[in-house]
Amino acid sequence: MASQDVAVRIRDVSHQFGEEGQAHYVRALADTSLDVARGELLCLIGPSGCGKSTLLNVIGGLMTPTAGTVHVGGTPVRGPLPREIAFVFQENALFPWSTVSENVVLGMMFQGVPRAERAERARNALAAVGLADFADHYPGQLSGGMRQRAALARALSLQTGILLMDEPFGALDEQTRMILGEDLSVLLSRTEKTIVFVTHSLGEAVFLADRVAVFSARPGTIKEVISVDEPHPRNPEFVTSEKFHALRNRLYTLLHDEIRKTVSAERGRDNAAAGEGAR
Amino acid sequence: MTPRASRRDRILSRIVQLAFVGGVLALWYLATARWGVSHLLLPNPVRVWDQLKDVLASGEFVPDLRITLTELAVAFAISSISGVTLGYLLSRSQFLIRVFEPLLAGIYSIPIILFLPLYVLFFGLGPASKIALGATISFFPVVLATVAGFGYVERIYVVAARSMGASGFQLFRWVLLPAALPVILTGLRMGFIVALLSILGSETIASLAGLGHRIVHLAEAMETARMFAYIAFAVAIAALLNFVVTLIEARGRR
Repeated sequence: MASQDVAVRIRDVSHQFGEEGQAHYVRALADTSLDVARGELLCLIGPSGCGKSTLLNVIGGLMTPTAGTVHVGGTPVRGPLPREIAFVFQENALFPWSTVSENVVLGMMFQGVPRAERAERARNALAAVGLADFADHYPGQLSGGMRQRAALARALSLQTGILLMDEPFGALDEQTRMILGEDLSVLLSRTEKTIVFVTHSLGEAVFLADRVAVFSARPGTIKEVISVDEPHPRNPEFVTSEKFHALRNRLYTLLHDEIRKTVSAERGRDNAAAGEGAR
Repeated sequence: MTPRASRRDRILSRIVQLAFVGGVLALWYLATARWGVSHLLLPNPVRVWDQLKDVLASGEFVPDLRITLTELAVAFAISSISGVTLGYLLSRSQFLIRVFEPLLAGIYSIPIILFLPLYVLFFGLGPASKIALGATISFFPVVLATVAGFGYVERIYVVAARSMGASGFQLFRWVLLPAALPVILTGLRMGFIVALLSILGSETIASLAGLGHRIVHLAEAMETARMFAYIAFAVAIAALLNFVVTLIEARGRR
């Protein structure tokens, strides 16, 4: 990949929580390298605890990795880059004491958008996610799906080149999740954004992604990257196609062993804890 | 519950409440007028009412009320400013929270009014000792609520604001403060109430003036009816102040 086509360059990133020997010591990520191409939607998928959210935070400058480097647009990441990167978190990252439109405006204020532009951009962003009529509602008055749309509007209003989404639909029910995925695909096909999207859902990954990076069990590293060669926006028919199923099955096979490993590791730890408790 | 049923329920509960108060007043009246309870111990409610009208009409209460309210205002100003400031500073460090939160909560559970003699020795019988005691007692709910408000803001709000480029001041003004405000307001309301109670209480124990002082003075002069009138007046003032701070708190919470 030519370097000007690379939006995010990840090199040998490792991360651990705590020090070796401590009770909460965890090796979350091990020697992960990856290039995210400009304008692509890359999904990170893997067993829980494999470090995919950690990697997302490292890319966004919210976490400094124990080892390795991340470059965004050619410059090394040392902290948050509000002008280049916007986040959509799993849930409840909207400020509950502000209305939906105040939330969007606050984001732009933090980022440094001139006051005169904020209201207009907030309106446009809310219209884009279908929340124009809910601008004056408080997050607590919205459903989970609408809250995530609002969070997406806040991120879109920042007009960054890169969008990092950390299981944005993870807490939603299957139907809401499906609709939001379809809308997101339409919305994003109109922009040139580079997106890194963490998910647990195989279907969501295949439906949304240009490429899917599959993580191994903890300490996570990228096991394989699969391309989904299908133009955006993706039709709902894509979900029922042969190609979709073939890709989903491939992901399933890749993930299955890793999830097994994670589960047996956890069971081992639980047994050890139970044993200690018995003593 | 349907709206109509809940409305009926509300009206019914109001009626029962009024009937209860009316019943107590009736018992009080019967005890003094019919059952021969000494007027020195329990004055007739009608006489208390007359005394209250006289106290209000004569304006005799004004100097005492002014002293009590001034003591309250100064004490609360000291405790709220110092409590919020110190609480904020403590909340900036998890270590300081771990050290001082249990310590402050522990001191809060001591009945500080027991130290009143010491306060009188230090600050005299005048308003200064009431202010010092009221400020000390109301400092604790304020500082504890402030630590709780600022110290336990959901991390995701801070992370989200930081990811969007919030400066230190912006983080305080638009994230930490609105997140902490409801808890701090509750602490301020509690601080205000305990300041009022401790000031009235200490005035009845050792003082030169103030509503509490006046009440004890009347009791010692065996003017029980007028004492009851002053107690009713003090209760009304306390209820009014409580109502006002609750209103302010509710507005602040929005």
